[in-house]
Order: sequence, then structure tokens, then C-alpha cells
Amino acid sequence: MAGKKKPKVAVWKFASCDGCQLSLLDCEDELLAVAEAIEIANFPEASRAVVKGPYDLSLVEGSITTPHDEERIHQVRRSSKFLVTIGACATAGGIQALRNFKDVQDFVSIVYATPDYIDTLAKSSAISDHVRVDFELRGCPINKYQLVEVVSAYLKDRKPVTPAHSVCVECKRRGTVCVMVSQGTLCMGPVVHAGCGAICPAYDRGCYGCFGPKETPNTESLSEWFKDHGMGNEELVRAYRSFNAYATPFRKESERHD
Amino acid sequence: MTKKTRTIKVDYLARVEGEGALYIKIKDDVVQDVKLKIFEPPRFFEAFLQGRDFREAPDITARICGICPVAYQMSAIHAMENALGIQLEGPLREIRRLMYCGEWIESHVLHIYMLHAPDFLGYEDAVRMAKDHKEIVERGLQLKKIGNEIVSLVGGREIHPINARVGGFYKVFAKTEFDGLKERLKWARDAALETVRWTAQLPFPEFEQDYEFVALRHPEEYPFNEGRLVSNRGLDIAVADYENHFVEEHVEHSNALHSVLKERDSYFVGPMARYNLNFERLSPLAQEAALESGLGRECNNPFKSIVVRSVEVLYACDEALRILESYEKPDRPHIDLEPRESVGYSCTEAPRGILYHRYSIDAQGRILNARIVPPTSQNQKTIENDLWKFVPKFLDLPEEKLTWQCEQAIRNYDPCISCATHFLKLDLERV
Repeated sequence: MAGKKKPKVAVWKFASCDGCQLSLLDCEDELLAVAEAIEIANFPEASRAVVKGPYDLSLVEGSITTPHDEERIHQVRRSSKFLVTIGACATAGGIQALRNFKDVQDFVSIVYATPDYIDTLAKSSAISDHVRVDFELRGCPINKYQLVEVVSAYLKDRKPVTPAHSVCVECKRRGTVCVMVSQGTLCMGPVVHAGCGAICPAYDRGCYGCFGPKETPNTESLSEWFKDHGMGNEELVRAYRSFNAYATPFRKESERHD
Repeated sequence: MTKKTRTIKVDYLARVEGEGALYIKIKDDVVQDVKLKIFEPPRFFEAFLQGRDFREAPDITARICGICPVAYQMSAIHAMENALGIQLEGPLREIRRLMYCGEWIESHVLHIYMLHAPDFLGYEDAVRMAKDHKEIVERGLQLKKIGNEIVSLVGGREIHPINARVGGFYKVFAKTEFDGLKERLKWARDAALETVRWTAQLPFPEFEQDYEFVALRHPEEYPFNEGRLVSNRGLDIAVADYENHFVEEHVEHSNALHSVLKERDSYFVGPMARYNLNFERLSPLAQEAALESGLGRECNNPFKSIVVRSVEVLYACDEALRILESYEKPDRPHIDLEPRESVGYSCTEAPRGILYHRYSIDAQGRILNARIVPPTSQNQKTIENDLWKFVPKFLDLPEEKLTWQCEQAIRNYDPCISCATHFLKLDLERV
């Protein structure tokens, strides 16, 4: 790419906490170097300058929850060569997908005094339910080093290296003794996608599933194990229903115990 | 100026967290309408907290905001502990303050260097500013990194940390594990001092206003997690009385709900409120730097909030060092708590101002209902008031310049629209 025009990168926000796009600004050591290599063409959280599309790479944060955003994501797709979703909201509907298990109108009236002003969809959905997605980066929040890896991979036309195995593998690599085996601490690590670096077990805490389901997770077996260790149905449902509640394997497993 | 109708529109406010727009209508040189519009989609946190376990509140509410997750965790944790009638003392309490120092540094420095300073110097963003002021932007990035480093070490990671819990922490550290951090904090304290000096000489518009400031006040400390709610107009209440004094109001000129003081009207929360109400509780170094920079003991110009934020960064570095100097590892990382039917209240000082949480829980520890009032909702009316007064003073400016100045006036508050939205009414009318 040397000597050529810099690739144009855009950052888009839908329903979210802003944390995943903040990860980009949290790359304190890399940020200025990255900004040398790319043109930050649309990133409202960081800049008031907007460069028109089309964009070489769009990073999409947040889930689709309003009729307006349902339209907007198609515009983003049309103007992007590659579209990568960043984080649990964009990839699985996020924590706000907990509404999907309830009647959203009840939710609206709990939070807002004048519910008729609220224009919202019944479900919070992942970006891939609406448009084609080239790559999904997991995590609530994403891992910033994985983000740098994904951006560089797409700008160099190669596949990003972000392993889809479980958090357990990361614990082994890190040399963390299994908290479930050694302390009886309930841990979702066996069914959860790697990427965080297995932080929780290193802090004497069981994994609580920020990165969502790994590929081919055996949730049924883990639930049996949890039950044998005294977990009731209500707790089981809650364990699968957090930041990735509407990711299919977690949704199905929670529904089995609901 | 010829008599005509002008509108100032910003369809998508940049360098703020979340999605908002600005609309100002001017007719015959008189401001007719000011709307800070919020089109960030609502996410219904208070609703889906119902039925969750009381121990889950810190991790769930953290997801309201990726910029100030520690604030949400701290307010949730202290509200639950208030419900269960406990108050942590000693090193566990100190580690919480340390974690909050990290978040203030990270969030304030992000705003000072990357979101606000470009306005003063006429750049679209910090990356463009770095082309002419590389050393300054790099100092900002490295200072911000120290804030993140504190949160990452104590909390496990910088965004949505995992270590804080109701009753304490999952894991606590030996004193020696902080050695490296301590060294870097000494550099950070110097960089923060430089930041105060640098921001103090930025060009500020003359814009002194008469505000009611509201912040926590603790008997001895600059406030993080505890204290009474006080104001410069006589408010002095316990946190549990918050809802008796503050209400959400529907005002005619805006479709958003505004939080106001029942007895009076709009109020101002955040760094300037804390500073004005707690100056003498800052560390001597921070006090001295503030006075030396010409800030004075009181500040009523919101454009100078960038200097006040810098003073708070200096304080946070100083306080973090004080905590680490006297730190001793706690005997145990947390105390175990049994739920009981109860209600708990808490207010903590998020980087942007007071963050109120109230929960009622049942005997099994299930959350029955939750109420969360973030700082940006509380500042919203004050931001609009500023624009009503600010625009008439600068009507002679060309359109683009005036628009930019209005954006800057909004960014004075470091508004976090993502936080505010689960509370504000959604307005889909496009300007």
C-alpha cells in the first residue's frame, strides 16, 4: 500500500455503550502510528471531520433496535468494501437483547414516563441479521489487540487470526489453575469463546461469558455440571442470559431451563 | 446584521460519547429555540435489571457506559452495600478510591486531549492536532494510558473491569505488585502538572455564568464514593433523599426529560461542581497548581472546565500515589453478604458528575426495581441554558465558526449521551 492512497476506515455506532470503539482510542501506543497508515474517514466519537464513502473498512459497534437504524445499516453496508462488527452488541444483540425474552412495551413503560414517545423495535438484533458481515469480533468489550489485528488483516487482504476455541485454552496458556476444579467456582469458560485472555479465573473468579459461545459449545454438559454443584434453574437461565443472551447456543440453553 | 432567520444545525455531534444532535433557531438576532437532541437508541437497563441477582448489578450496569464503567460499578456496589447495611473500611475502601482515580485519569485525559483541546486550537480532531503538536498529544496518550493501567491492574481490564464486587473484590494484591505502577504514576503526576499549565493558557471566551453546582462532599476527602449532596445554594442532603429534591421535568422547548432541583431549577454536576464545592479538599499540590495557573478557588466559566479537569487529573495521580504509599494488603478480598428485603441508595462521582443508583431487593436478593440517574441527564438543561446565553454574544461570527463554538460549548460538559439515554426520552424528529 506504500505510496498509494491510504485505506479509508469508518466507525459506526448503533445501540451500544461506546466501549468497543473506545478500544481504538485506548491503543495509546499504537494510535498515532495507525492513524498514519489509514485515513480515519468517519469516526464521530473522535473527530468532527467526515470524509464521504465508499470506505475500505467499516467497523460497526452496537445492535439494531430502532426502525431508523434498521435502514441505516444498509447504507453502511452499501458504502463499505469490508464490514466488521466489533463487540457483543453488534455480533449478538448485546445486553439489550434481554428485551427479546419479554414484551418490549413492558420495558418501555418501566423506564419512560411517556412511553408513546419511544420508537423501538421488539427485538435487539445482531448486524448479521440485517446485512452481510465479513467478520465478527467478539467480546464485551472487545480485546483491543484483536482489534488491531483485525484492522491490519483486512487492510492487507488476509484473514484475521482470532482463535475460536474456549477460554479454558487461554487459562492453560496463562498457567492459571482451573478455578472450577481447584476451588469449585462455577465458570463458563468451557463454552465461552476465547479472546479476553482468560482474565476472570486469573482474578479468582469464574468466567461470566463476555465473549459469547465458542464454536460447537457443549452447553448441555456444562449445565449438568452446574446443577450437580447446586445451581438452580433461575441461576442457570441468568448465567446464559447476559451480554450474549441472544447468541443461538446461549439462547437455546437458557430456554431449556426457563 | 440583516434581519433574518438563521438556524444552526449539527446533525451528528462529534467528539461526544453517543448520538446527539443540536438545533438552534435564531430570528432577528434573537434566539428562538435551542434543542440538544438525543437520538441514541434506548436500552432499558432499569427494566431488565428486574429479577436479576443483586450481585449482578455492578457487571450489568457497567455496560451502560464503556467510558465510565467504574462509576457504574461503584454506584451499584455502594447502593447494594447500603441496602445490606454495611460500609467497607480500610484497604478495601482505599482500593476502590484507587480504581476511581484510574477512571478519572483515563476519562478526563481522553476529554482534555482528544475531545476538547482540538476545539481551542482549531483542529477537527487530536490526530490532526498531533501533526503540529505531536509531543503534546503523545503526553496526553501516555497519561491516559496510566489511568487505564490502574483500572486494568486493579480491575482486570480497562473497559468493563471484572474484579469489583458487592462486598469488596474477587482478588486483592500484595503491596509489591504495585511497585511498577507507582514509578509510572510519578511520571504521570508531572505530566498532569504540565497539563494544568498547558490548558490554563488556552484561549477562553468570556462566559462567566451563575450556576447552582451540585456535588458530593465528604468531611475530609475530595469525593469519590461517599458524602452528602451539597450545592452552593444551600442544598445539603443525604444521598437517600435524592429523589425528594430532584425531579425529571418535561419542558416545552425540548422533547427530552430534564432533571431539575425541585426547589429551584437547573443545576450543574461534574468537575466544575466538585471543584467549586470541594476546593480545600484537593491535595496541596493540586490546590497550588490550580491557583498558580490562575484558575482561582471558584470557576464559573464552563469553557475553563478543561483546566478543572486537568486539576482533577493531577489530584487523581497524587491521591493514587498516596493510596499506594500507605497500602497494606487486606486480610481478605471481600466480605460475604446475605441478602435481605431492603432498599439501597448510592451516589458516586463519575468523571462527568454525580451518578445516582437506587435498588430495592427481596429476601432472596432479586432486584425488584432499579433507578439510575446519570450525570449527563442532569446537565442537559444547563447545557441548553448555556447555549441560549452564549449564541447572542457571538452572532457576528460566520456560520461555520458559530456552529463550531456551539459544539465546543456542549463539549464543555463532556456529555455522555450513551449514559443519558436509557433515561432520556427518544426523539426521532430529524433536524
